[in-house]
Amino acid sequence: MEKKSLFNIEGFRTVTASLISILIGLLAGIIVIVVVGLSNNSIANSNIWDAVRLVVFGVFNKGRDAATGALQFGFNPSFFGNMLFRAMPLILTGLSVAIAYKTGLFNIGAPGQYLAGITASLFLALSIPTSVIPAWLVWIIAFLGGMLAGALWGCIPGLLKSLLNINEVIACIMTNWLAANLVTWLFDGSNLKNMLEGTKSGYIYKTSTIINDIIIDGVRTISGTNIPEGAEVLATRGGVATSKMGLDRLFTGSQVNAGIIIAILLAVILYIIMEKTTLGYQLKACGSNRHAAKYAGIQEKRNIVLSMALAGAMAGAAGSLYGLSGNTEFFWTTYQSLPAVGFTGIAVALLAVSNPLGVIFSGLFMSLLNINGQQLTNLTAYNEYITDVIIAVIVYLSAFSLIIKMWLSKRKKKRKANPQAPALAVNHGSAKEVKK
Amino acid sequence: MPFLIRQTLIYAIPLMIVALAGVFAERSGIINLALEGMMIFGAYIGVVCMNVMVSLGWFNAVKASGNMWGMQGYLLLGMAVSAIAGSIFSLLLAFAAINLKADQTIGGTALNMLAPAIVLFLVRITAKQNNLLLSSGDSATWFMIKKSMWGFDKSYKFGFFGETFLNKVYLTTYFCILLFIIMSVILYKTRFGLRLRSCGENPQASASLGINVLRMRYTGVMISGALAGLGGCVFAVTTANCSANGDVAGFGFLALAVMIFGNWKPLPIAGGALLFGLFKCIAASYNTLDINGDGIYALANLGISSHFYRMLPYLITLAVLAFTSKSSRAPKAEGIPYDPGTR
Repeated sequence: MEKKSLFNIEGFRTVTASLISILIGLLAGIIVIVVVGLSNNSIANSNIWDAVRLVVFGVFNKGRDAATGALQFGFNPSFFGNMLFRAMPLILTGLSVAIAYKTGLFNIGAPGQYLAGITASLFLALSIPTSVIPAWLVWIIAFLGGMLAGALWGCIPGLLKSLLNINEVIACIMTNWLAANLVTWLFDGSNLKNMLEGTKSGYIYKTSTIINDIIIDGVRTISGTNIPEGAEVLATRGGVATSKMGLDRLFTGSQVNAGIIIAILLAVILYIIMEKTTLGYQLKACGSNRHAAKYAGIQEKRNIVLSMALAGAMAGAAGSLYGLSGNTEFFWTTYQSLPAVGFTGIAVALLAVSNPLGVIFSGLFMSLLNINGQQLTNLTAYNEYITDVIIAVIVYLSAFSLIIKMWLSKRKKKRKANPQAPALAVNHGSAKEVKK
Repeated sequence: MPFLIRQTLIYAIPLMIVALAGVFAERSGIINLALEGMMIFGAYIGVVCMNVMVSLGWFNAVKASGNMWGMQGYLLLGMAVSAIAGSIFSLLLAFAAINLKADQTIGGTALNMLAPAIVLFLVRITAKQNNLLLSSGDSATWFMIKKSMWGFDKSYKFGFFGETFLNKVYLTTYFCILLFIIMSVILYKTRFGLRLRSCGENPQASASLGINVLRMRYTGVMISGALAGLGGCVFAVTTANCSANGDVAGFGFLALAVMIFGNWKPLPIAGGALLFGLFKCIAASYNTLDINGDGIYALANLGISSHFYRMLPYLITLAVLAFTSKSSRAPKAEGIPYDPGTR
């Protein structure tokens, strides 16, 4: 019996192809760093070597030694924790793009769905009075509300595509900008702008802020936790942040919270839906061959809308968890730019070949690169955009991952003679001796 | 009113040219989502080229000679360099899509991520900030066509046509309109254009007649890159005031929308670009818009929130797409890698 080569397993080839893309991407980044460093006189050679090491191992660095100025490496809990914190929205937006891609749709509308999610969550978290409903219930309502808002916003391009045949890329881009403007409009007219801290009215409150609605001298106003004398408290709201669940003691000094656990759980749930349920099978069938799926009786239109709704829910969850983190402030005049995490989600999904479990790892990897880039800006003359270059090269290479996979399988085939040949020769009645 | 028309043209021209860039690529069979990236790259190279010319002293020499028409020649030179840069950048997409038969949407998205990353990386290192500006002056001082250049002094009042088309305009507007007409004629009335279009509809049939499909597709993508780079330079000069910050305000994607809106045909694309430009202009300046010159700011008095005006271009696009998408005629073979073996 033919020994089953590792290279013959489809999954192994896919992972190897992704790893090769990552290696080549890192190499490309290193080459750019070295070339720019050598051609620019103001960057010392030691700086170049530092930058090369930081781009790969930045999350493990512990800063510069005060005496020698050399970089030290080791386990840095705060960076590691921050990496987990930043991976949370990346994994979820990656899931969003991945589900849509499996159904044959390109969800470039993740930024808009992210904005819908964060808006709904912030409105719910900061408006429902915690004196009436306990804080943990408000959190759940806000989180589910964010997912629902994202799902509804994701339905719009889905409906436009299934009912009116509008190209989903265009519909998603339009809804992105519509979301950006709508969110600014909604927050402009709301009372959630940060009035408690001096210069921060451009931001919404952090969800960990406790806001008291008070009446003082017959005038309704708000205050923080220091309630002024003679004021009567009407309601308390805010103070609704994701619990840390002890992760902050494991990774001291970082911003990590339980959101990363929720993100990984959602990825696993989505994997189960896509691989083990009928719904997932139907969605994947629509993605592989629309016409065959239709012939088999699968309702294409319903599946397009459902897929975009799921994708929107994931992106909405990303925004929701980010906003509910308690230490993040949302800059509400967002009509001029879209959140970058929505577009990085595309890179995450493509690197993971749209596999929900793979998205966990590629999300962590993108977050790692993000932290490495920050270290580059802090410690060297370079800047964090080199990590964006690396991510772009990796996405470019994943476009022809099929070629890399075929190349991988060809290498093994060339070295073995085909063991089926003798059997074929006998079947065809040929008396030729076949080399084994 | 003249201001309205001038501003509309300034918004509409980059959209028009970049949408035509998309048409050339898609009509030859390659989905080109990387228009945004090519624009960003073209804008950066254009500004770098201008900076080089400033440092060589050419601009100041023209200013000293008193005849500002010489600046227009340098503007055209900058645009040509941007076009060549965009063309070279588009080779990445061409190679991946044509030779390696990669997924063209992913390749386009990769280029869209690569362009701002490379541009911002280089801008940060050279300019120590996130924005690359001209080292002296800006596009209004160097490239804007003003009354004084025609020989009138500042107090002379132009009529309606003079005020709209001859004062405070850029040469890029008229050059791009001319280029648009020439490229459309090439696409529809020449043999080359017919062959290019056939490669996007049925490449196997074209191959059977002896057309080299791969070479046609390369040409299509490279023309697309050139026009998109040119559009980026025009954006940098007219809208971004000769600065490059790695961002073209989503114009590349809007141009994609205009292309699909215009059903991959030049005349509807021009109409769509003008419509879009008009609404963007209204959104930006509705408070001070005096439509018929009677001193009444009609739109400001309506009391509609400024946020709604900013959403208007996108809503209108979706509304028109809703009505026209049933008859949308994308090139039949676009997005499918060319396989000589199939029928």
